[in-house]
Amino acid sequence: MSDELDEIQAIFFEECVEGLAVAEEGLSAMAAGDTSASVIAGVFRAVHSIKGGSGAFGHTALLGFSHRFENVLDEVRAERIAPTPEVTQCLLGAFDILSDHVSAAQHGADAPDDGHMLEQLDAILAGGGAPAAAPEPEPVAAAPVEADEFGFTPVAVVDLDFGGDADPFGFEPVAVALDDFDAGEPAGWTVRFGPSRGAMANGAEPLLVIRELESMGGEVTAVDTEALPPLAELDPEDSYFVWTVALPASVDERDIRDCFDFVAPDSLIEVTQAQVAAPAPVETVAAAAAEPEEIPFEPIAVVFDDVVVPLPVEPAPAAVAPAPQKADAAKPEASKPEAAKPEAAKPEAKHAVEVAQTIRVDLGKLDQLLNLVGELVIRGSILSDRLSPADQERVELPELSRLTRQIQDNVMSLRAQPIKQAFSRVPRMLRDLSAETGKKVILETTGEMTEVDKGVIEKIGDPLTHMIRNAVDHGIESPEDRIAAGKSPEGTIYLSAEQKGGRILVKVRDDGRGINRERVRAIAVTRGIIAADAQLSDEEIDSLICAPGFSTAETISNISGRGVGMDVVRSNVEALGGRLEIVSVPGEGTTFSMALPLTLAILDGMIVRLGDQRFVVPLANVIETVQPEPGQVQATSPTSEVIELRGQYLPVRRVGEMFGMRSERPAEDSLVIIVESETAGHVGLMVDTIDNRREVVLKSLEDNLHPIRGLGGATILGDGAIALIFDVDALVATGGASKFALKGLAA
Amino acid sequence: MSKLILTVDDSATIRMLLKASLTAQGFRIESANDGEHGLERMHEVKPDLLITDINMPKMDGFELIEAVRKTAEFKGTPILVLSTEFSDEKKTRAREAGATGWITKPFDADRLGAAIRRVCP
Repeated sequence: MSDELDEIQAIFFEECVEGLAVAEEGLSAMAAGDTSASVIAGVFRAVHSIKGGSGAFGHTALLGFSHRFENVLDEVRAERIAPTPEVTQCLLGAFDILSDHVSAAQHGADAPDDGHMLEQLDAILAGGGAPAAAPEPEPVAAAPVEADEFGFTPVAVVDLDFGGDADPFGFEPVAVALDDFDAGEPAGWTVRFGPSRGAMANGAEPLLVIRELESMGGEVTAVDTEALPPLAELDPEDSYFVWTVALPASVDERDIRDCFDFVAPDSLIEVTQAQVAAPAPVETVAAAAAEPEEIPFEPIAVVFDDVVVPLPVEPAPAAVAPAPQKADAAKPEASKPEAAKPEAAKPEAKHAVEVAQTIRVDLGKLDQLLNLVGELVIRGSILSDRLSPADQERVELPELSRLTRQIQDNVMSLRAQPIKQAFSRVPRMLRDLSAETGKKVILETTGEMTEVDKGVIEKIGDPLTHMIRNAVDHGIESPEDRIAAGKSPEGTIYLSAEQKGGRILVKVRDDGRGINRERVRAIAVTRGIIAADAQLSDEEIDSLICAPGFSTAETISNISGRGVGMDVVRSNVEALGGRLEIVSVPGEGTTFSMALPLTLAILDGMIVRLGDQRFVVPLANVIETVQPEPGQVQATSPTSEVIELRGQYLPVRRVGEMFGMRSERPAEDSLVIIVESETAGHVGLMVDTIDNRREVVLKSLEDNLHPIRGLGGATILGDGAIALIFDVDALVATGGASKFALKGLAA
Repeated sequence: MSKLILTVDDSATIRMLLKASLTAQGFRIESANDGEHGLERMHEVKPDLLITDINMPKMDGFELIEAVRKTAEFKGTPILVLSTEFSDEKKTRAREAGATGWITKPFDADRLGAAIRRVCP
């Protein structure tokens, strides 16, 4: 059962992560002024569930803290403590500590120091007019559990509730005087049991108590039937007898008392121990002093040898909300996870958080499935290459392709998760940053339900952290400066995600002071990054902050680090096959955009030829194709050309030359594909011919080669040949052909 | 036929723990993740025993117990509450709603089994 417990424990931590997300969302809503009962109840339940599970696995520190946290939440829920902004702030702080506790329990690390926070929570309890100022007794399991000599740590401590002197379920502690034990050998137990009226209500069955006592070696020695009324007055659902049961001395008193766990209140229960020589004085339940008895810890039944299983540092489980799957042939992207829904438009729905039902699947299995489906797609296109259209229809190939495509979409959606997971640590980070810097920051997020491949989510965490820190540290001004600049004292960071053109666009925008270009330039010159007389555009200056070794911080703060931040961000993003862009407006703020690829997708591509090579242009980018007339393509400089199209001039790139494949074809013998790019608008790409249009499976180049600017990946064509896929945005962003350096190929 | 127990708890951890520890003791387990779902399952599977949490979304444990007791068929079905709470107020409320007994989480598998056999032999 140990494996099973490990597995359940893993699920427990997944639930913790889900619960923490729910709690944080609720607390944030409370901080924003929504203190409706449903929001508070949601937070309470989340913390309550974490507490429930933590006890089961012996995470005592987590249990203890969540218990105290829950007490306060319970009071807020019961409206005995008002959720004032101060209280909410404290709850947010407690939430942070709770997150640390969960993380410590999960990774077997030392529990965080929660003393200060517990004091604050207690202060709220005391100040909020809580009925009992004295804290509730900790549950038994909160006591430190010592590992035994075998190194086993007991878990799942029983707490069958022996405390409390007026247990409504009828159990009352029985105080047995043991002072006179030496007066004689114990000779066994005598139990008298007289179920009260109503003892058979609620599905209870007093007879079972007698049976259980008998199963422990007990023997009914007498039945007092005196209270039995005449038949006419007898209520079959009432009980009238008092049983006397004799039990051997070897039976543990606790086991006897356990039998009465569920006996109705007011029943007669007497447990006495007879002595051979002199009967010890006994007290019956009714007369008991009602002091809760100390129940010693028992060796525990459920034990497994390594409680603190180091679990994979995976974020939440595949909270796989199935993406809408529409076999929409008109859509260029293979997988179109739900893009940036206007979340803020439905705050109610957002707050009534229900935890998604999940099953856990090994990620490796999903990857395998994805690969197999990719192979299937390639086989499908080989088939369609080899069969005539009529034969294709005859063997129902189009139907097969459609189904394959649907499977692909589904598998992709299994790996896709809301980017919310990556965003979830931002609010806390901002709270910490605010505290450290004294700057006030409000966070606004959009598109957090945008679904992104799990691999991408895992990898954007660090870049995101750096960008946010950078924005707070360098972008957002101090409250005084902001007021002086006519802004609100609180800065705002906008965090957004959307799917655009087969890429995920994640933006971090601040409304701070913007990049100080003069200073950046001056520093870059000092550091030898650029020449003193270099002519740079604003964009080029802005991008200098991502140059290796660049740092503008006059005093190195412990927030943005030692100037390694932004160049690390850029290399991380590029390693993911993405691009980082910076747009800054002095006095208004800075926007960092990460454009990330969907790691693997089938994309609709246009197969083009350059010399004897074939390339794929993602159809998503293609606007139209043009067969140039003589004179339609004109040179504007030795390295740049434009095409005149309906009175407009669009830049043209000779892609063959950019990749060093000298194509001497005149423009009239070529085709110009007009593409739309994120950065440069419409641009023409000059290629030799167009082969056809087809779905291709995107294979990453980075696994085998360096990332190559201008190429987004590769694919295997129907005939088995390999074709490289253009990254159109990068291709056109490189400007004129002369500027284009095939760094990747050269390396 | 071994006894059939319906466990209602919004925490998958608890549901799985209950299932693992009680199937090992020869019980058959069905489960539901909130009170509403629990009430539905109650009518579908007609268990020998209901074990329910108190704090759950949609319909809490008290409401579930009351609703179950309103059905004549379940008048005599034992109901155990399994909760981390242990206030007398809550326990009294549970008993008034119709609960047979109260077990405080965290639970020990053997003792839980013994407690169950106490109401559902």
